[in-house]
Amino acid sequence: MSGTIILVVVLVGLGLVLVIALATVAGMYNGLIRRRNEAKNAWAQIDVQLKRRHDLIPNLVNTVKGYATHEQKTLENVIAARNAAVGAGTIDDKIKAEGALTGALGRLMVVMEQYPDLKANQNFLALQEELTSTENKLGFSRQAYNDASTQYNNSLEVFPSNIIAGMFQFKPSTLFEVTNEKEREAPEVKF
Amino acid sequence: MWEAIQSNKRRSILLVSLMAALLVGLGFAIGGFIDPRRGPIGGVLGALAVWGILWWVALLQGDQILLATAGATRIEHDQAPLLFNVVDEMRIASGLEAMPEVYVMEDEVPNAFAVGRPPRRCAVAVTTGLLRLLDRDELQGVIGHEIGHLKNRDTVFMMLVGIMLGAIVLISDFFIRVRWAPRRRSRDDDSGGAQVIFMVVSILLVLLAPVLAQMIYFACSRRREYLADASSARFTRYPEGLASALEKLQVSQVRRAEVNRVLAPMYIVSPVAVASAIGLYSTHPPTQDRVRILRGMAGGAAFTDYEAAYQKIVGRGACIGQRTLAGEGAVDLRKAGPEGRSKEETVRRSREVSRMIGRLGNLIQMTCPCGVGIKVPPGASFETITCPRCGRENPVPKAGPTGIPQDAPAPSLPAPEAMRYERRESGSWESFRCACGHAIQLAPSFSAPHLQCPACGRTIEIA
Repeated sequence: MSGTIILVVVLVGLGLVLVIALATVAGMYNGLIRRRNEAKNAWAQIDVQLKRRHDLIPNLVNTVKGYATHEQKTLENVIAARNAAVGAGTIDDKIKAEGALTGALGRLMVVMEQYPDLKANQNFLALQEELTSTENKLGFSRQAYNDASTQYNNSLEVFPSNIIAGMFQFKPSTLFEVTNEKEREAPEVKF
Repeated sequence: MWEAIQSNKRRSILLVSLMAALLVGLGFAIGGFIDPRRGPIGGVLGALAVWGILWWVALLQGDQILLATAGATRIEHDQAPLLFNVVDEMRIASGLEAMPEVYVMEDEVPNAFAVGRPPRRCAVAVTTGLLRLLDRDELQGVIGHEIGHLKNRDTVFMMLVGIMLGAIVLISDFFIRVRWAPRRRSRDDDSGGAQVIFMVVSILLVLLAPVLAQMIYFACSRRREYLADASSARFTRYPEGLASALEKLQVSQVRRAEVNRVLAPMYIVSPVAVASAIGLYSTHPPTQDRVRILRGMAGGAAFTDYEAAYQKIVGRGACIGQRTLAGEGAVDLRKAGPEGRSKEETVRRSREVSRMIGRLGNLIQMTCPCGVGIKVPPGASFETITCPRCGRENPVPKAGPTGIPQDAPAPSLPAPEAMRYERRESGSWESFRCACGHAIQLAPSFSAPHLQCPACGRTIEIA
């Protein structure tokens, strides 16, 4: 009689342990998925901002054209860099083309400083604000992507979530490195 | 890394439990005082019901009520591009799930706050004074601080605690009224002693609970300010922006009586406390300390750098939880933004803010060729308006609230023949007739060189 009671208690205890273990595993698994999604979303943000930058440039060039007639070359460079960036296929090409575009835009912005009429133009000021902000957003979305990826990668390495990660074969996320430190900043122009 | 929420969790739970104990104790004592036998349980249930109802209202409408109390107007991107963009930038940097709504308060005292329950609905509100005062990097620091509050779920927590405080105050008030109202006294002799004890406890609690609850509430908010500062530095990678913004804000805080004390912890710098009132009653840590910590972040923008600076300046305790610090790598600082703050730039920014205020009020804005900006109230029926400086007639643009014609052409309408009126210098009211026959009254205080006949629109020179 007492034997069956002990058996029941042991079985219930084992069942409880199993349920708790399963819940823990599920929780960790969901945590990993959540972090991976955060990194993915952050990556998508970068594309959104690049697209926005490509859309803004034709507007900017059209506004500037009327004022800065002597800067035909600079404007052409910007358009060429923009078209190259839009057409870039592989990730490496993209990073290179976007870097070149950042450089061309930086030069354009420096040149614009010499045209007071342009700087008084409401349309230009609005575009300039949008462009500045898009550049910032681009930087921040890279930063957020790297933050989210680092966090995800950390949880792949630390105990105990590394066991779950190994079991379900989670792959680490690659960080976004700007290879050339100079690409990160708008280039300085010497006259 | 973003689990900064957890670092404060244990402390927060302790404080909330204390607050809840106060609330339950208050209900228990008051209930026991009203009816010693069945009252205590009823009192506790009643107190919890009051709290529950307030909480329910807060969940449904809380953020809207707060924003309405602060007199905030919602804006979209086109109404204030700079502000909207900066909020979006910080939203991206923080990885917040959804874009917060952006609100502007028409107030020349610079300040900002955040409300709401992310990810569902949240909002950031800033005053027009703040927009005028700060440059882009500084604004980014302030918005980063507010987004940090949202990201760390401070707004939800402060609402929860604020509601408890509200319930405690409400019940204490209620008791003070009921105390004098006729009540059902138990005929049972045994309960007489119990009732006295309950009465003493109730009176003590009614006096102490609101004060204690307020102290707890403020203690909660102080710690969270540091954490939001650390988050802002982490998002912007530029602690100097927030540091210099805080300095500017502190200087320009005017003591405002009309800001609700319960609302106070939500602002970036405390709008009620004077600089010297640092202690149990201040909702914010001293601004000098916050600035010094931010400036002390020499190595980088990581939470670990903030923690190191915090311990150096404040000298005791830890600000950020161990788990958050453990997951933190090196984070580089960035350079200042390209925007210099020349005088010209300041003037331009200030004008932009004024225009924005006009847009919020749906004013029609135009510029007279002589350079004077003219604002026309919405729904104005007149076709032209006389410039108060040069007397030129300007056509009122029919375009909606956003059109700001920069180079308004000189008006080409054939103005009716001008006339001239000589004042009698009598120092009292004068009246005369316009050439069209309309009677015009001149106040003794009238001093402009021109005036326009309301009937025919003719300009009348007053000599």
